[in-house]
Amino acid sequence: MNILLFGIAKDIVGQSQLYFSEGEDAPSTVLELKKKISEKYPEFRKLTSLAIAVNSEYAEDHVSLNGFDEIAVIPPVSGG
Amino acid sequence: MQNKIIEIVDSINTSQVFSELSDAQSGGICVFIGTVREFTQGEAVVSLEFETYKKMALKEMDKIAVEATEKWNLNKVIIRHAVGLKVIEDPVVVVGASSAHRDACFEACRYLIDSLKETVPIWKKERFENKQVWVSAHP
Repeated sequence: MNILLFGIAKDIVGQSQLYFSEGEDAPSTVLELKKKISEKYPEFRKLTSLAIAVNSEYAEDHVSLNGFDEIAVIPPVSGG
Repeated sequence: MQNKIIEIVDSINTSQVFSELSDAQSGGICVFIGTVREFTQGEAVVSLEFETYKKMALKEMDKIAVEATEKWNLNKVIIRHAVGLKVIEDPVVVVGASSAHRDACFEACRYLIDSLKETVPIWKKERFENKQVWVSAHP
């Protein structure tokens, strides 16, 4: 499972994608993904907000994740 | 809606927007242009760097344009954002609308930029002389 990273999320992880191998390691919901990345990279806990996009739409915590979805970490946006 | 322009570009030409929004049914055009300001809380900014998740950003920008046309009676709408390295006074975003009467386009214009800032996945890094900061990342 590949996770796309943007903005400060990319800086925190130090690369533009994060990989979870399929099986036990892979988060099955948006909430699990948030917990996993915050445990592995505590800097995520300091952000104003943390959202996840599934197939380029904002996804709520209960949404399930599949290996074939396009998943992205969306840190606080600052366009304009 | 046919008459909407939703774009992410490398650089913005602000002189295009009048002809893009001009319309025979419209008595008014309202445009907001966001630009790079030199000082943030007293500190001199050297440049800004914008990054986006383009596929999602275009979808979110489109949603905002559609919502605006549902709320107000608009003839044309534009939301165009620039990405990459920008320096002081560069235009970075243009939003606007045309409508038969001015109230609709004034209100819609504010809605377009306020909504963009809330939901569109675009990120801005401010570069100062000695540091770089992702804007709004931390409380």
